[in-house]
Amino acid sequence: MVTSNPFAELPSFIPVAVMQGWVVLMAIFVVGGTVLDMIHKGSAKYFFENAKRAKKSAKRRVSGGEKVSMAVQTLASEVLTSAEFAKPRRRVSHLFTMYGFIIFVVTSVILIFSVPTSADQTPALVPLLWHVGAFMLCFGGYWFWFFIRADVSAEGFPWYRLVRADLFIVSLLSTATFGLIWSFVQSAGASGLSRLFFALFAIAATTLFSTVLWSKFAHMFFKPAAAFQKRVIMADESRENLPADYDLTDPQVQAKYPDIPEYMGKTPPKMGLGIKREAPQHY
Amino acid sequence: MPTFVYMTRCDGCGECVDICPSDIMHIDTTVRRAYNLEPSMCWECYSCVKACPHEAIDVRGYADFAPLGHSVRVKRDEEKGVIAWRIKFRNGEKDMDLLAPITTKPWGKHIPQLRDVPAPTNEQRDSQLLYNEPKYIRFDEDGLHTLKSNGLKMVAGVEGF
Repeated sequence: MVTSNPFAELPSFIPVAVMQGWVVLMAIFVVGGTVLDMIHKGSAKYFFENAKRAKKSAKRRVSGGEKVSMAVQTLASEVLTSAEFAKPRRRVSHLFTMYGFIIFVVTSVILIFSVPTSADQTPALVPLLWHVGAFMLCFGGYWFWFFIRADVSAEGFPWYRLVRADLFIVSLLSTATFGLIWSFVQSAGASGLSRLFFALFAIAATTLFSTVLWSKFAHMFFKPAAAFQKRVIMADESRENLPADYDLTDPQVQAKYPDIPEYMGKTPPKMGLGIKREAPQHY
Repeated sequence: MPTFVYMTRCDGCGECVDICPSDIMHIDTTVRRAYNLEPSMCWECYSCVKACPHEAIDVRGYADFAPLGHSVRVKRDEEKGVIAWRIKFRNGEKDMDLLAPITTKPWGKHIPQLRDVPAPTNEQRDSQLLYNEPKYIRFDEDGLHTLKSNGLKMVAGVEGF
């Protein structure tokens, strides 16, 4: 099952050109939706205005080389390893969902475009990766949906409460789940059920890619920009008006704030995690 | 000065929702980011500002006493046991930095073992003093008692006392 191309049987009832046209249409929806989202929310305008404001209160100039280095650091930590998440389990869940989604989408495109050349020629690795990607997406996504989502973990709402913010995650999980079920029933030989789950898969995927304007799909584009800006404000010392990160053992800091050495000593120890020692689950 | 959230910094983790004593920090149903549901009910306790791991929450002053353009930001560093404030006036020139300890001992390591403490006497029960008073700082006719006024000195670090 996991090494067979589920798209291989589609040409019997859907022309190949329609399938490939659908992929192109979805790509246009994503790009168009992101641009419209940016215009509608004014996010690009906000970023530039915010950057201009930060530059005004900057204490030092950040060179082009530093900016390149910060862009590389942003790519390596926030983009590739989701380092912006403060909670480790949220970060792990996001990594599963993100990489599962990327693998799933890329292999879907490869499989759809390799269908006309004959299913036999598709390397077994690609369908295998398609299934692995879908499983990863489901693992990370359902973990988030049932346990990590702030609506459930902090607000105390039941997992089945749906709001507009769920459009992205629900359509994402539906796509992967229906895709896996479709592949399974297809390999089991149930053609009626196979068509039903394919239809659900197609509807879910179309919803996912065509609702970028209303969902949070576009976060993958503006989040890296926000992460980069966060690094810039630290480097130019404007810090968005945040207080400095003091080194308590620094004699200058101790001279400026005598309470520190008087009450904490000249080399204060690490005090531990404070309120972060345990999750707030005492409702 | 009710709180508000910078959407670009918030990651929707829910820490502020958990900690808000007024239960007015909630997750937005459209963008899944935190927001202050009812600013007029905000106690300005700064709990959410301090608990936010991304420093995504700020406070907005009422226009009559803190006209637009000022900034009051805080960073509570529990690992170091200090709280830092930065208060910037709206003329952009007066920029105050403050730093104060919030603990002198590691969190949760020196919780009084009340089970081992002898029960209070009747006289103590009738007294207005609270548990452990006047051992620590207190008010009475002689004014504020401090370590210094009592001839005491804090030992460096947290060990040894």
